[in-house]
Amino acid sequence: MKRNGVRLVSVLLALALLGLAGCQASPTATARPQPTAAKPTPTAVVRKMGQLLLATTTSTYDSGLLDYLLPDFEAKYNVKVNVVAVGSGQAMELGKRCDADVLLVHSRAAEEQFVAEGFGLKRYDVMYNDFVILGPAADPAGIKGMKDAAAAFAKIAEAKAPFISRGDHSGTHIKELDIWKEANITPSGDWYLSLGQGMGETLTVAKEKGAYTLSDRGTYLSRKDDLGLVVLVEGDEALFNPYGVIAVNPAKCPQVNADLAEKLVDWLLSVETQEKIAAFKRASGLPLFFPNSEAWRAAHK
Amino acid sequence: MNGTVYELRDVVKLYGQREVLHLDHLEIPRGEITCIVGPNGAGKSSLLRLLNFLESPTSGQIIFDGHPVNGQVPLALKRRVTTVFQRPLLLSGSVYENVAYGLKLRGEKGIEARVRQVLERVGLAEFARASVRTLSGGEAQRVALARAIVIEPEVLLLDEPTANLDPYNGSLIEKIVASLNREQGTTIVMVTHNVFQAKRLAHRVAFLLGGREIEIAPAEQFFTAPTDPRTAAFIRGEMVY
Amino acid sequence: MSELFRGAIQALRLILTLDPQVLSILSLTLRVTGTALLFSTLMGVPLGGLLALKRFIGRRVVIALLYTGMGLPPVVVGLFVYLLLSRSGPLGYLGWLFTPRAMILAQVIISLPLVMGFTMASVMGVEPELRLQLASLGATNWQATWTILKEARNGVIVSIVAGFGSIISEVGAVMLVGGNIEGQTRTLTTAIVLETRKGSFDLAMALGIILLALSFIANAVMLVLQGRRLE
Repeated sequence: MKRNGVRLVSVLLALALLGLAGCQASPTATARPQPTAAKPTPTAVVRKMGQLLLATTTSTYDSGLLDYLLPDFEAKYNVKVNVVAVGSGQAMELGKRCDADVLLVHSRAAEEQFVAEGFGLKRYDVMYNDFVILGPAADPAGIKGMKDAAAAFAKIAEAKAPFISRGDHSGTHIKELDIWKEANITPSGDWYLSLGQGMGETLTVAKEKGAYTLSDRGTYLSRKDDLGLVVLVEGDEALFNPYGVIAVNPAKCPQVNADLAEKLVDWLLSVETQEKIAAFKRASGLPLFFPNSEAWRAAHK
Repeated sequence: MNGTVYELRDVVKLYGQREVLHLDHLEIPRGEITCIVGPNGAGKSSLLRLLNFLESPTSGQIIFDGHPVNGQVPLALKRRVTTVFQRPLLLSGSVYENVAYGLKLRGEKGIEARVRQVLERVGLAEFARASVRTLSGGEAQRVALARAIVIEPEVLLLDEPTANLDPYNGSLIEKIVASLNREQGTTIVMVTHNVFQAKRLAHRVAFLLGGREIEIAPAEQFFTAPTDPRTAAFIRGEMVY
Repeated sequence: MSELFRGAIQALRLILTLDPQVLSILSLTLRVTGTALLFSTLMGVPLGGLLALKRFIGRRVVIALLYTGMGLPPVVVGLFVYLLLSRSGPLGYLGWLFTPRAMILAQVIISLPLVMGFTMASVMGVEPELRLQLASLGATNWQATWTILKEARNGVIVSIVAGFGSIISEVGAVMLVGGNIEGQTRTLTTAIVLETRKGSFDLAMALGIILLALSFIANAVMLVLQGRRLE
């Protein structure tokens, strides 16, 4: 009995040691510079100096763009940028609740409302890419090569061909709903599946069901090889996908690192960074994003 | 009153609305074997629980060794009394661990020698390392008795200790109890529904019925010349309600 | 199903080459779950024993709440903890959101009712007369409670196993309150979600196999603790 008691205590001790190790600063896998801790201000606790929280969308994060870009910023300003990837809707909620410092999303109307309601300082164009309508090569609704996205959607609805929607109030989802509205159709029925999930999951379901879906080109390119879906409609202006960057308003959220947030926004919009964005390619060899900041447009008139 | 270890005055015990004990006056003499007899539901077990300070009387006075016992009983006092129940109620583990339990609680020393000695006494010397799961009913009850004896209580209470046992183990336990009283002078209070057992062991017998003491007398007088007709009926083996 | 095989190979490779990213994820998973389980055990076992042995007013209500707690959907717990720790929430000043502390808090809330409830049940399974016997042998309340807890040891260990199982495989709550930040709050489960979302099924499967192996090892340790008692 005593022996087993000793064993129990030793396991609890092991758990305790593991736990205590967790209470110290967690080690990072990469060689990112360590932030210094700050003293709390009298009125509010500012996030530790040298740390920023960037909320972005899952598709943006999954493209790998931020892993490629951010290290330069972090090195230059001795900052750690923590990235949280959620849907656009959730990212803006994080902003409204002061849990994020900067937003990088692609849901234009919602972004503008965010700023209008005073949660963000200002919305700036950063980059764009486009959406594409994907579907099975067999193309049962016959939309291949069409130049009008709304008309293509109309044909899909008419054929009651299976269509997978992200259904999660993300930028992609909002864009999809806009196109349906343009076509004067409210999609419903067994053929229209609303998932409430990210782009990756949605593509997987579309692949399994041989269905149509709307996707950002970047995610499509990264999954192209094992997807078995092809681009059927592209190029329509309605499929244009602009990304915006917004710094959270320090007036509403005193705890945000306003100074560093401003630096990040400026840096993202700078011509130098914009050129890097243009140079970002993945395995496909094609660029995923196109620079779109005011500064870049001015430099390339 | 050095000859009395317990004195109960006007002790009443209620469980909710039900009165299980109502004792006007009961004395347990020191150094004797007192048997408590009576039919089922007479309140015998409740009485033992009061004597071991496991419960408090609803009203009335218990005097233990000359000290009135009220409310919170001091631990030192409680530990002078122990009970062996009808079922062994052993802890999982070895026989040794079970017998040593009471000594460990009290932080006593020299445990090993004392445990071995008492195991000898109950005839289980080779069973020290055995797991309790391997014991027969009679062996388990002897372990329970050993566990009680080893702490050298002043008062040993037993609640129908042999009711579930075969005659061999039952008689073995009776012998051990008798020798404990004879050699160490331990006060014994034993509840039994077995009139013959009472005849064999008791110096003094108390008859309880419906929670009340009907008759208390030295054993010889109790069995040969009971004063109350209900006592006589019980001794004759008639069911007494 | 070839992903299963490829995933197993990759899992082995990641472990044997001590891949730093995987090690970081593994280490964080162990720390978060280990700490949460420690707190849940230290609080849940005594409380469960107390609930089993002590009678007090409102005991049934507490037990009903406990049963409800045992069935809490983890993602709801995550949402609740997020709202609690959010900057605009009541405990925002702690600054715990998107750090391992938030994840530990969520995991404690998820696992504590399980440890407590199963401990309570196994202590209640120890026969009531035993307490009387222990008291008559001279045990104080604490001594008797401790002895009864040891008698119920098998059940108590199962309660810890249940608590562990509920959090090692949990993903919704830790994703919400941790944010799956690389190098900081990325655990095995959130990493698996990420890789699955990105379509890297082989890597996701590899991580899944590592998670299962971790879980198995932990449960084997628990089995050792139960020792001879299991016969």
